[in-house]
Amino acid sequence: MYAQMVKSEATNDDPEMLAAFQARIDAGERIEPKEWMPEGYRKTLIRQIGQHAHSEIVGQLPEGNWITRAPTLERKAILLAKVQDEAGHGLYLYCAAETLGVSRDDLTEQLLSGRMKYSSIFNYPTLTWADIGAVGWLVDGAAIMNQVPLQRTSFGPYARAMVRICKEESFHQRQGYDLIRKMAEGTAEQKAMAQDALNRFWYPSLMMFGPSDKESVHSAQSMAWKIKINTNDELRQKFVDQTVPQAQFLGLTVPDEALAWNEDKGGWDFSEPDWNEFYEVLKGNGPCNVERIEARQKAWNDGAWFRDGLMAHAKKRDARRQAAQMAAE
Amino acid sequence: MSSEWPLWEVFIRGQHGLNHRHVGSLHAPDAELAMKHARDVYTRRNEGVSIWVVPSAQITASAPSEKGPLFDPANAKVYRHPTFYDIPDEVGHM
Repeated sequence: MYAQMVKSEATNDDPEMLAAFQARIDAGERIEPKEWMPEGYRKTLIRQIGQHAHSEIVGQLPEGNWITRAPTLERKAILLAKVQDEAGHGLYLYCAAETLGVSRDDLTEQLLSGRMKYSSIFNYPTLTWADIGAVGWLVDGAAIMNQVPLQRTSFGPYARAMVRICKEESFHQRQGYDLIRKMAEGTAEQKAMAQDALNRFWYPSLMMFGPSDKESVHSAQSMAWKIKINTNDELRQKFVDQTVPQAQFLGLTVPDEALAWNEDKGGWDFSEPDWNEFYEVLKGNGPCNVERIEARQKAWNDGAWFRDGLMAHAKKRDARRQAAQMAAE
Repeated sequence: MSSEWPLWEVFIRGQHGLNHRHVGSLHAPDAELAMKHARDVYTRRNEGVSIWVVPSAQITASAPSEKGPLFDPANAKVYRHPTFYDIPDEVGHM
């Protein structure tokens, strides 16, 4: 997902406190920042929310790539609004992570140094305009699958950020579907572009949910803490079941020969993505890993004088105001 | 020399007649920019008619560990609630 393969951190706390904490979670209570929480809960959440935030920020890059080349002024305005939303989502999430005692700069530096990850999906390039449709339809569609249940996650600030994000995410998916529908209903060449975008984004979208975690201890701990609500396989199945009919409506073909309706389970059988490719992308060997981090590093470096300048200006003005006040008294 | 911009808490009045409500936080060098950032981050879809920004450091919060001593006294005062009083049916709605 936007937070993939988040390992739960070991907890070394008093068993009685842990039991009381678990009882609160089981009773559906929300945990707030200043309340007692196990160290493992805190650390796992920092990693998960941080990774989620980084994904929103890095996720601006593949789409930002097309802002200047959008085919109409309306599409350009829509794409700008969408990319701006992604920045907003990143900011909501960074703030939620900061309530756990990590600083914004620290999070940024961990992203830039590779100690914290972002979703594998943003390491794929957006080669054609149809890709922008596929990203909204498939990538945001997959994100919604994961984010809707996270509105009920046990950590208050995370859950509240998710509520805001989900409200906005629906626009993202619908504009993507609208875009790719225009292409699919267009000339033969445009339809071929739409099909090509689906071909390239289908499996990377399935990878977003992460490998099967039925047996994973990390997953079990996160689910007990209600910072993960569904297993990766449940969400992936839901995504496929939702998306296949949408592709059929467009007259596009899901690039999976094994795709077949399974009456017994009331869902589609489908092929697993290539998990070796997934691990390679996570390790940094995807098509755009280097480019993405370079772009973030450049933005961070190039913005330094601006961040510092505004801070210096604010301090100077404060000092002047104080001096004027002293003089008046 | 780099120092992080301070944190601000953002409160928004959703509609005329309602209270300002806490919606989240953000970083900004000063109040003026905190206001502009709040506009961009928290009101992209007409979510408000008024914004307050407050330096997070200026907020005094009750400690979770004081929850008992702070709020328990109110629990013992059931007579503060209208349902404490029996009003005979014949009296009608009150």
